[in-house]
Amino acid sequence: MRVWKYGDDINTDMLFPGKYTYTCSTAEEVKPHLLEDLDPEFAGNVQAGDIVMAGGNFGCGSSREQPVLGLKAVGIAAVVAGSFARIFYRAAINQGLVLIEAPDAVAAFKDGDEVTLDLEAGTVTVGGSEFTFPPLPPEILAIRDAGGLLNYARAKLESRGK
Amino acid sequence: MGMTFAQKVLARAAGLDSVVPGQIVPVKPDHLLTHDNTAAIVGKIGGDLEKHGVVRKDLSVIVLDHVAPAANEKTATAHAQVREFVAKYGIENFYDVGVGVCHQVVVEKGHALPGKILVGSDSHTCSYGAVNAFSTGVDRTEAAALMLVGETWFKVPPTIKVTLTGELKPPVSAKDLILTIIGDISAGGATYQAVEFHGSVAPLTIDDRFTIANMGIEMGAKIAVFPFDEVTEAYLTSIGVDRSAYEPVWADPDAEYVRELTYDMGAIEPVVALPHKVDNVKPIGEVEGLEINQALLGTCTNGRISDLRAAAAILDGKTVAPSVRLLVLPASRDVLEEALSDGTIQKLVAAGGVLLPTGCGPCLGAHQGVLAPGERCLSTANRNFKGRMGCKDAEIYLGSPETVAASALTGKVTDPRKVA
Ligand code: SF4
Repeated sequence: MRVWKYGDDINTDMLFPGKYTYTCSTAEEVKPHLLEDLDPEFAGNVQAGDIVMAGGNFGCGSSREQPVLGLKAVGIAAVVAGSFARIFYRAAINQGLVLIEAPDAVAAFKDGDEVTLDLEAGTVTVGGSEFTFPPLPPEILAIRDAGGLLNYARAKLESRGK
Repeated sequence: MGMTFAQKVLARAAGLDSVVPGQIVPVKPDHLLTHDNTAAIVGKIGGDLEKHGVVRKDLSVIVLDHVAPAANEKTATAHAQVREFVAKYGIENFYDVGVGVCHQVVVEKGHALPGKILVGSDSHTCSYGAVNAFSTGVDRTEAAALMLVGETWFKVPPTIKVTLTGELKPPVSAKDLILTIIGDISAGGATYQAVEFHGSVAPLTIDDRFTIANMGIEMGAKIAVFPFDEVTEAYLTSIGVDRSAYEPVWADPDAEYVRELTYDMGAIEPVVALPHKVDNVKPIGEVEGLEINQALLGTCTNGRISDLRAAAAILDGKTVAPSVRLLVLPASRDVLEEALSDGTIQKLVAAGGVLLPTGCGPCLGAHQGVLAPGERCLSTANRNFKGRMGCKDAEIYLGSPETVAASALTGKVTDPRKVA
């Protein structure tokens, strides 16, 4: 498990350059360009189970779900950040990418610290110190439990008996 | 306790007497905007569409603008897929290549109206707050689900109140005002929040309000909204929308705000946002003299007739510096026609401007006017992120149409007050 640590205001162009938005849509097309202009090391070295950690306003900028699809596809266990931009936050809910808003945990992190997550308990441990984060509201958990927004919408369609 | 604009709109939409910030409410938006990304969105739900169709033929507003006309086989194929979807499902509101940038088209064609709720798979959907609509961006998957079920959820946002006093002193413009505000609030300072503008908004035209609301997302805002007034009504009447077609919403006088800010518009000065963050805003004096290679006049932020006219007034009878490429990108065909009929385009082209097709053009770096490493562009767009114009080793500076025109003339960042 590796922690990839970045700063504040990491925008969607850094996560996935705009020039590819109309040529790369699937997770496989997206993966090689993940974080291309932010950290050229990332795409080639990221492993399933790794954690991305960042400051405030993570994912600001465009409505661009490719970074969410890509981070989910490479197996990022969670993005732990000070705060998230709202379109990115919704996209993550819709795709089932785990986002954890825990500014204190981010502030406590030092290079080399081990980071572990307990999603059920709502805790993140950084270098031995434990931090809590609030649970998701039931309306949002329902989307995640359905396996993402499209499955949730499909269930709704079926129940409407269309 | 009174309610904010966002509370009142969302309460009405959810059929509730009142809602509080933090509450999650179900909402059926009046419209859903998608653009070139419609192809990818529809691609997610092909089988579902075959089985269920679209929930409403009048829900979607689809505008081809991002890579328009198509730049290569892949983008051409995506456009073709969108046209096929539109025909097959009888989508009522479709605007093909050349009509304009999606946000301009949504407003200009009367789809965004006071008190209505619009969502779009594009972050600058917040622009329609200019005409008192509640509008905000969502992702592609959410757009796909909306096409099927027509319903989503919103968390009621807390609201920042910005009170404006005085009047802007031309050539200082609405762009300078909103850049100044973003510099103060910061790129994430309004995240998950609504921004309401109050006070002396009457001198601000719909074009000015559009520029301001458009950039709400650059401080993280969910919506950025102006009150409905005579200016809004006159504009809507001018595009053929009758007053009976909409129900404006005003915040209650005793609404509760998380933060209140006041700006004296008379004290605003020309500013520029420096690379690579929109909130990296400096008085123009601090960057004056910096050489530029490209000047971009247009986009959904500043491609309207008043923007083109303001630039043409500065460039009339003159020629841009030989070291500068001036790109002119009208926001829509309606804007272009107006700018042709009054001679604005002729002036810009005579001064050395390169006229691009209406649409997003170079704004997102996908085609047309991509920058080379080491180059510097001064742009009227809304974003200066690293790599935004197709090259991570180039620099983008943001300013008003007046500043861009003045700087194109001299080849260096120039205070428009010195040439106007
Ligand atoms: S002009 Fe630029 S900011 Fe506006 S919709 Fe197009 S790409 Fe987005």
